Amino acid sequence: MIIKKSLEKWVLLSPALVVLGLVTLVPFVQTLWLSFTDTRITAITKPISWIGLENYIYALTDPDFIEALGRTMYFTLTSVGAEGILGVGVALLLNQKFPGRNILRVLIILPWAVPTIVNAVMWRLIYHPEYGALNSMLWQMGIITEYQSWLGDPDRALNMIIFADVWKNFPLVAYIALAALQTVPADLLQASRIEGAGPWRRFRTITLPWIFGPLLVVLILRTIEAFRVFDIVYVMTRGGPSDSTKTASFFVYQEYFSYLRSGSGASYAVLLAAISAVLITIYYIGARRQVQG
Amino acid sequence: MKNTTLQTFGLIALSVLLAAFTLAPLVWLVIMSVSSASELTAKPLIWWPSEIDLSRYGDLLNIQSGSGERFLMALRNSLMTALTATLLALIVAVPAAFAFSRRGASLLLLFGFLATIMMPPITYVLPLYDIFGSVGLLNSSTALAIVYCAMLLPFATWLMKSNFDAIPAELDQASMVEGASTFYTLRRVVLPLALPAIAATFMLSFLAAWDEFFYALIFTSDLTAKTLPVAIADFTAGRVTDYGVIAAVGVLASLPPAIVAMCFQRFIVSGLAAGSVKG
Repeated sequence: MIIKKSLEKWVLLSPALVVLGLVTLVPFVQTLWLSFTDTRITAITKPISWIGLENYIYALTDPDFIEALGRTMYFTLTSVGAEGILGVGVALLLNQKFPGRNILRVLIILPWAVPTIVNAVMWRLIYHPEYGALNSMLWQMGIITEYQSWLGDPDRALNMIIFADVWKNFPLVAYIALAALQTVPADLLQASRIEGAGPWRRFRTITLPWIFGPLLVVLILRTIEAFRVFDIVYVMTRGGPSDSTKTASFFVYQEYFSYLRSGSGASYAVLLAAISAVLITIYYIGARRQVQG
Repeated sequence: MKNTTLQTFGLIALSVLLAAFTLAPLVWLVIMSVSSASELTAKPLIWWPSEIDLSRYGDLLNIQSGSGERFLMALRNSLMTALTATLLALIVAVPAAFAFSRRGASLLLLFGFLATIMMPPITYVLPLYDIFGSVGLLNSSTALAIVYCAMLLPFATWLMKSNFDAIPAELDQASMVEGASTFYTLRRVVLPLALPAIAATFMLSFLAAWDEFFYALIFTSDLTAKTLPVAIADFTAGRVTDYGVIAAVGVLASLPPAIVAMCFQRFIVSGLAAGSVKG
């Protein structure tokens, strides 16, 4: 009976194991193998030689890659940070009682529902240097005296992309925070209020610690997602101007499909995977704490 | 606790601000899609069109026009790829979820499943490209559907598992004691009870597949398989002089997920919450 059950378990799991094995595990091992070779994408087949750690040594001393990594970290921390603050703020608002609250709760799902690419396209149009709504609006309000090239300026292109990313993703954080807020015991807040704690103090000492677990988990999840950012950059700037928005995934994409260096590209990809693995482990620890309570 | 009038006023002011922040870009996208080309290139912009111009939608929904062909083919490819992938993912995820919920499969393995989709796709893409190339599946909806199935599978398994956990085990045990096979029990006892969960999993998976861009960009090259996100990126990269067309494509591509999200908000939010909170 026990043997039968154990066998059955693997039978039930086997389709999933086959799919994931073929589509993720095998390619990953192949990428790992490639990263130790000097393979290039060419029409003619040429012998591939094993070059050990050479790609890695090059990658880790490549200032362009280090810069791309730094940019990705900046993108990740800034956008996830802003999504966290905005998300919690919105959740606090939506947790209050006021007329129109229910409509607002439904409406804020819209940015989340807009496809990533449409979001990127929409903001690209809004930021357009000549015909964009942002320029026109700020100019008519007298905030700027001449039209700006929002995505054409290396100093701010990345921040403009971050803004677009935050707009799309804050609802997710807001919903998770709201779900957690609804479980904060009212009598605890009441007791604290009677003891004379102000709203900020109540938030800091009761509400925030109470929602911290779920909030942390969703923020780590967003961190993992933001770290591999590609689509929004592809549509909005293609990594430019002067590489100022070239994130790590975009960097590897170019190494593969523009410069056709698959061996070297693979080593960059493995390094990204290693960083992601660290983040995933942190997520695992955080999520397990949540389950155990 | 009752809010004072002043507090209520403050809350309403904040919520108006939030609604504006959330809706303004979308409303503007819709306005752009129905404004005339000359109004969209005025300086400063004309915020409200003198007349509503629906011709772009007419063109996009007409297979005879150039942009219509590109749009409708991409729409078809997106629907086919996303539906196939979602169905495949569910067929594979349900037995796996049952193994995790009822047959004691290790949760570490489930986490391993989840870890595969948390990795950057760039780590898988090149070998997949080679494999699909060697079996002649590049630029096909089949290849994309297979990749998407693997992409959706871990989360679907996870969602289904937590829903199976909520169904009392006595029910399927009783069925097994009476001599029914596991397959029969799963199909006749467990699945009917899990229908709402399946619906929620289906929707979330479908939306994820609908949204995917990276693999589609790399694995597809023309109208036979390009999905909407790739077609939209093409529209913007090409020398389109009328921004209203791009806006109209954006509106059309956002409609299905926006409608699903608004109508089934409760479902979706609980699914998202489960997915990110409970691990």
